[in-house]
Amino acid sequence: MGEWKSICMLEDIPRLGSRVVRATGGDIAVFRTSANAVFALRDHCPHKGGPLSQGLVHGNQVTCPLHGWKLRLDSGEAVPPDEGCSRRYPVRVESGTVFLQI
Amino acid sequence: MSRKRLVMVGNGMAGVRTLEELLKLAPDEYEITVFGAEPHPNYNRILLSPVLAGEMSIQDIILNDHGWYAQHGIMLHLGKKVERIDRLRRRVIADDGTAADYDRLLLATGSNPFILPIPGNDLPGVVSYRDIADTDAMIDAAQRHRHAVVIGGGLLGLEAANGLRLRGMDVTVIHLADWLLERQLDETAGRMLQRSLEERGLKFLLGKQTEMLIAGTSGRVAGVRLKDGLELPAELVVMAVGIRPNTALAEAAGIHCQRGIVVNDTMQTYDPKVYAVGECVAHRGIAYGLVAPLFEQGKVAANHLANFGIGRYTGSVTSTKLKVTGIDLFSAGDFLGGKDTEEITLNDAAGGVYKKLVIRDNRLVGGVLYGDTADGPWYFQLLRDSQDIHEIRDHLLFGQSHVGDVGHQGHSKAAAMADSAEVCGCNGVSKGAIVKAIKEKGLFSLDDVKQHTKAASSCGSCAGLCEQILSATIGGAYTPAASNRKPVCGCTDHSHQEVRDTIRAQHLLSIDRVMRFLEWRTEDGCEKCRPALNYYLISTWPGEARDDPRSRLINERAHANIQKDGTYSVVPRMWGGLTNAAELRRIADVAEKYQVPTIKLTGGQRIDLLGIRKEDLIGVWQDLGMPSGHAYGKSIRTVKTCVGAEHCRFGTQLAMDMGVKLERMLFDMYSPHKVKLAVSGCPRNCAEAGIKDVGVIGVDSGYELYVGGNGGIKTEVAQFLVKVRSDEEVLEYAGAFLQLYREEGFYLERTCHWLERVGLEHARSRVVEDEENRKALHARLLAELQDARDPWAERVAGVERNEYEALIV
Repeated sequence: MGEWKSICMLEDIPRLGSRVVRATGGDIAVFRTSANAVFALRDHCPHKGGPLSQGLVHGNQVTCPLHGWKLRLDSGEAVPPDEGCSRRYPVRVESGTVFLQI
Repeated sequence: MSRKRLVMVGNGMAGVRTLEELLKLAPDEYEITVFGAEPHPNYNRILLSPVLAGEMSIQDIILNDHGWYAQHGIMLHLGKKVERIDRLRRRVIADDGTAADYDRLLLATGSNPFILPIPGNDLPGVVSYRDIADTDAMIDAAQRHRHAVVIGGGLLGLEAANGLRLRGMDVTVIHLADWLLERQLDETAGRMLQRSLEERGLKFLLGKQTEMLIAGTSGRVAGVRLKDGLELPAELVVMAVGIRPNTALAEAAGIHCQRGIVVNDTMQTYDPKVYAVGECVAHRGIAYGLVAPLFEQGKVAANHLANFGIGRYTGSVTSTKLKVTGIDLFSAGDFLGGKDTEEITLNDAAGGVYKKLVIRDNRLVGGVLYGDTADGPWYFQLLRDSQDIHEIRDHLLFGQSHVGDVGHQGHSKAAAMADSAEVCGCNGVSKGAIVKAIKEKGLFSLDDVKQHTKAASSCGSCAGLCEQILSATIGGAYTPAASNRKPVCGCTDHSHQEVRDTIRAQHLLSIDRVMRFLEWRTEDGCEKCRPALNYYLISTWPGEARDDPRSRLINERAHANIQKDGTYSVVPRMWGGLTNAAELRRIADVAEKYQVPTIKLTGGQRIDLLGIRKEDLIGVWQDLGMPSGHAYGKSIRTVKTCVGAEHCRFGTQLAMDMGVKLERMLFDMYSPHKVKLAVSGCPRNCAEAGIKDVGVIGVDSGYELYVGGNGGIKTEVAQFLVKVRSDEEVLEYAGAFLQLYREEGFYLERTCHWLERVGLEHARSRVVEDEENRKALHARLLAELQDARDPWAERVAGVERNEYEALIV
């Protein structure tokens, strides 16, 4: 497993929004839901590689900005009937700071 | 607390669809038990005809396999017929003694075929056509016997006859009425159908009544005798003379029945703990036999079982298709007409095409199509929406593709297309793939098709074609929703109109409040409803409701257009398509500094810089020093102009000047969809004003205004609105028209679609004829645009900086 890295404060990610993290292994999208849960997925839709960080967040899902695939934030799995998966990264929030395990 | 118990009697399409809807709304509300008299899980009864015809197998038509019931924790009792309901103890008891207690009971007992009360009706070899067992019996008989007689020339009878003929039998259809399908077709269409079926080898005896069925030496049926004495050999007799709601169980339990189990608009019977859906039901005196209404009933029943309590079923208009491969026939509404109706007909007997449309008070009330049914879904939509057709009356019979449309929607006949033919050009989906998904996955609606195949999910221009394929594949089971009642998205049952009205009536100011007030099913909506709600709030309560950037899709949030590789394109504002050396020099400098890979001229007379990284957007905007061109927004895009009287020797008006004035007036306007204008200085119309939302054409004495044009997916020629004299009037009329669109258009509805819905007359009466209203509309537009801002300048100044900065680890 990779190491935990502090990436930003929770308020740096808008509610129902996201930020993109430039990591050496490729971009990672970090999302914040309306319930303030934070999730991280590889910034790459399994359909045609769309940047998920630019999508619209709703419930525990994000809709890809390119062709509207929906992915579950907690598992990275596409919502049926679409099939596919984007890699999930562990995230935790401690005293307002967001940590990402890369 | 333990869960409530729901027992369903009847395991058919209407009942199981109700359960599916219920599980979507309230998956944990009930412990569910299902009794089915047949030994099969829920299957698609509509597709029994293709099974009989040998085009599909039983496996293909299973809708919910055993795994589905298990997955949802449903206790399934197959092959058990419920014999008694003990309403006092709230318990049902099956023929084998199995009992189940209920808190709510759902009756979906379907219907029974009507068996003629004639001697011999119980002989071996006499079947009805209702379920898998009947179908199996017919397939079996076709292998061992030669002569079949089908009694009844209705939909089911003809489908049975066709299937048996395809399986090699000698088939005669006996029918009481003077022509086939007399409840769906008029005589002309009925005769045409008869002729094409005769060409396929079927025989018909019309206006005949059956007296008795004759037994052979083996005890099996051997012949049919008619009232007029004629006798026919028949080792198989199929009775298809109608169905009767199966109410025996309910009646025995004392539940009020009258030609069906009587229910109210919430699908509740006279016993409030007992609901009923499907063919067993009589709603407002009508028992429906087609799937589409039954699904609507299921949806309402599920809503009430889930304790949501908002849906009402108010009855259905139905349409019919015959599922005989190669025969195209469509019928809907009052197809016979009467004294107060007019008819438009086309009768090409040699070509095998017949169309009849029945019109009352400028509205389509019914129709019959034979031979060419491509426009059936469109007519049905007009009928259901009760749309005023007087403006399109002279083209009506020629179909949707003749109503100002050169797009490919409706041009191909779905039935005649090869399986390999491409239907959705955006996503590369073939007809075969759609048909396969419809059959295998049991799809019934356009939304289902969009989700499962992606066809029609991008530009939507093939939606009409997909609807045709749906109706060709599943026949009358497909019913398009009335367009003004379509829900905004899957998060709600409310339509765009209802949402707009509620926001106004209740003075709602935030998305959150709207969702709570209208009981949204999802926590925070989805990518379809949130942008729509955001627009409705801001356009209804300008200055009060605040824009929610999280409810804008990426282009409007970033103020640039996302491209396939995740980079963005930047189109700076050039008022009226005019620029100068200083701007061009800055554009060139930006292109070099940020290594812009592609520079392109757009169709709207602007310059597009493509391939810009998101982090560079703010720098690019700052260096350009030009306002946003809004090439990404549901907003005013461009006003395209010709050089006009400024330079052109033919010019009658200053087109560039007029264009710049319009574009400056409308800058930063937020609208249901994008808005494009054009101004031409003379009727040669070099600026192509005929395909714009508002097109202005200069003439010697002033300007002509055209509205509702569209050059995109579906080319739509703009319609004449008014002729005016001065520049000020152009601004006032165009502004008022666009404000009306902003206040009434549904989100993502272009001006042409909005006008198609409300009619040009409506816009004319508000904008042209009513001066006071026009001035008020124009004033409201100007008031809203008073604080128009340049989003690029704001972002250069630091607004929403987060959006453009990546995090680095």
